[in-house]
Amino acid sequence: MTNHATADHSILPESVRTEIDALRPRYPTTEALLLPTLHRAQRAAGGWLSPETIVAVADFLELPPAKVAAVVSFYDMFHDHPVGRHRIRLCTNLSCQLRGAEELLEVLGEEFGVGEDEVSADGRCSYVQFECLGSCDTAPMMMVDDEYHENLTPERVRQIVRALD
Amino acid sequence: MAFEKVLTRNVGHPEALGVRGYRDRGGYDALARALRMAPEEVVEEVKRSGLRGRGGAGFPCGMKWSFVPRQHPKPKYIVCNADESEPGTFKDRLLMENDPHQLLEGCVIAGWAVGANTTYIYIRGEYTKAARILEEAVRDAYASGVLGENVLGTGFRHDIHVHRGAGAYICGEETGLLESLEGRLGQPRVKPPFPAVVGAFGCPTVINNVETLCCVTHILQRGADWFKGIGPDERNTGPKLYAISGHVERPGTYEYPLGITFRELLEGCGGMYKGRGLKAYIPGGASAPMLGVNDQEIPLAFDHLARAGSMLGSAAVIVMDETTCVVRATLRLSRFFAHESCGQCTPCREGTNWMAKILTRIESGKGTEADLDLLASVVPNVGGISLCALGDAAQGPVKSLLAKFGDEIRDNLRHGRYPLPRQRFFDPGAAS
Ligand SMILES: Cc1cc2nc3c(=O)[nH]c(=O)nc-3n(C[C@H](O)[C@H](O)[C@H](O)COP(=O)(O)O)c2cc1C
Ligand code: SF4
Repeated sequence: MTNHATADHSILPESVRTEIDALRPRYPTTEALLLPTLHRAQRAAGGWLSPETIVAVADFLELPPAKVAAVVSFYDMFHDHPVGRHRIRLCTNLSCQLRGAEELLEVLGEEFGVGEDEVSADGRCSYVQFECLGSCDTAPMMMVDDEYHENLTPERVRQIVRALD
Repeated sequence: MAFEKVLTRNVGHPEALGVRGYRDRGGYDALARALRMAPEEVVEEVKRSGLRGRGGAGFPCGMKWSFVPRQHPKPKYIVCNADESEPGTFKDRLLMENDPHQLLEGCVIAGWAVGANTTYIYIRGEYTKAARILEEAVRDAYASGVLGENVLGTGFRHDIHVHRGAGAYICGEETGLLESLEGRLGQPRVKPPFPAVVGAFGCPTVINNVETLCCVTHILQRGADWFKGIGPDERNTGPKLYAISGHVERPGTYEYPLGITFRELLEGCGGMYKGRGLKAYIPGGASAPMLGVNDQEIPLAFDHLARAGSMLGSAAVIVMDETTCVVRATLRLSRFFAHESCGQCTPCREGTNWMAKILTRIESGKGTEADLDLLASVVPNVGGISLCALGDAAQGPVKSLLAKFGDEIRDNLRHGRYPLPRQRFFDPGAAS
C-alpha cells in the first residue's frame, strides 16, 4: 500500500481514495484501477489533471508517474491542461456534419470568443470538436459536461451555452 | 410470418430496467434454461444458431467460445465490448439504456458456457447515462440473486463489473480494449496468441459485442432453430439492429431480420430527407466502403455486402443525399482515422495522415491531378502489414471514393471547394 502519511490528500482527496480502495477486489492488478482513478481524480480536480495530480495518482497506485502521464495523454477524455468550468464536446463526425455540425462550431466560437480547446476569458467554458458520440439519430449533437444535447440548431446552442454558470 | 422484434422488445417498457419488471416480461428464463444445460451444450446451441459477431468482424460466436480451453489453471473472463465508437453507430447505447438485463443475462450465459466467473463490461467513457443504468442493473441483479456467489440458486458464481473507457476509438479493437482495461494505452497486441487463450490479465477471455451477447439471451430462450430461421441463409442469421443516420426522414435504430435491403430500410425510416435523391450510403460504419444509387437492392448482411465490395461492420447506415459533397464526407472520415490511429504501425500511422492531408488539399480546391494519383498510390498501402484492422478500415471510404466518385473528385479539382449550403438540415420541429 501507499505511504499515506506522505501522500498529499489535498491533491487526491480521501473520497477518491476510498472509492478506489473499494474497487480493488474487482481486478487482479492494481494497474487496472488507473482509468477509474483518473476519472475520479480529474473530476475532483476541476476537470483536468495537473502534473501534481498525476504524481499523486501514480503514488497512490504505485505506478511510475511517466506511465500515468502517457495514459493521460492517450485518451481524449483526460486533459493535461486547464479547461473551462464547463467542457463542451461537439460531435463533428460524418452523421453530425451532414446535419450541420460545422455551422455549430462557428456558433461556439462566436459565443466564447476563443478558439477550440482554449478557455473563455471568464473561465466558464472550453469547447472542442469531438469524434462520434453515438447519438447520430439526433444529430447534430454536443455533450456539455456529462449531458447529451441533441437535435441542435444554432439557436438552441446559443440558449444552452448562455444558461451555463 | 410477421417478424417479431426481440432485441428491442423492452424499449418503451421502463419497468424492464429492474429485475422484477424484466422477469415479468420473460427475462432470466434463458439463463435458467442455460444453467440446466451442460456448458458444452450451450456452446453447441450458439454454434448451431449461426450467430456471427455484431461488433464489426462477423466472427461466428459459438466457434469463438469453443476456442477457450475447457481445462485451464487460470481464471477465465468474459469481456463485453461496449466501446461503440465506430462513427454512425448508436445501437448498443439503445440496448444498454433501455434493456440492461438483456445484456447482463447474455454475459452470465456466456460465462456459464466457457466457465468464466467474471464479466467486465468495457463501456466507452462518454456513455455516462448507459454506464449509470448498467451499474444500477448490476446492483439489482446482485440483490435479486441473479449475480454473485449463487446465480439463480445453482451454485454457479458470476460477477459483473462495469469499466469505463476514456475516449479512444482504438479501445474498441479487442486487444486494444484489453490493454485499456488493464490500465494502459489502448494499443492493440500482437496476435497470436488470441484472447481466447491469452486475454484479459493473461487469462483465457471471450470478447463479444453488446448486441451479440443480447442475441445469445434470445437464442437460449427460443432455441437455435428459431434464430436460424431468420435471415437470408444459414451463414447470415438472426434479428439485427440497423442504426440509420444522415439525410433520412426518421433516423434511428431499427430491428429487422438480418439481410433486409437498403431500399427496405430506407422506406422503413420514412425515406430520404425531404424526398431528395440519394447520392451515396455507407452500410456499416465509417470503415465500410461507400455504396451508391445502384446498390440499393443489396441485402444488408455479412456475405452479401462483402461480395458487393463493402461490409456489414456495425450495421451503421449513413445516408448522403444528392447535395452532399462526398469528397468532404470522405475527408471527415479520413481525419477521424488519422486521429485515432494508435501509432504503433508505420503504414497505418503515416498512411492515415497522408490520406487526410491529400484529401484536405483536394477538398479545399487546391488539389491537382498529381494529388489524385498520389492518393491512389497511397491507399493500397495503408492497411495490411499492421497489428490491427484500423488501417484496413481507413482504406474503405477512400477506396470507394476513388472507385465510384472519380467525376466528383475531378469536379472538386476543377471548380474548387463546394459551397456548404447553410441551415439545410436543421429541423427545429424535431428538436425537443
Ligand atoms: C479499430 C477497430 C474498432 C473496433 N471497435 C469496436 C467497437 O466499438 N465495438 C465492438 O463491439 N467491436 C469493435 N471492433 C471489433 C472488435 O475488435 C471485435 O471484433 C469484437 O468486439 C468482437 O465481438 P463480436 O464477435 O461479438 O462482434 C473494432 C475493431 C477494430 C479493428
Ligand atoms: S494498425 Fe494502426 S491502430 Fe492498429 S495497431 Fe497499428 S498503428 Fe495502431
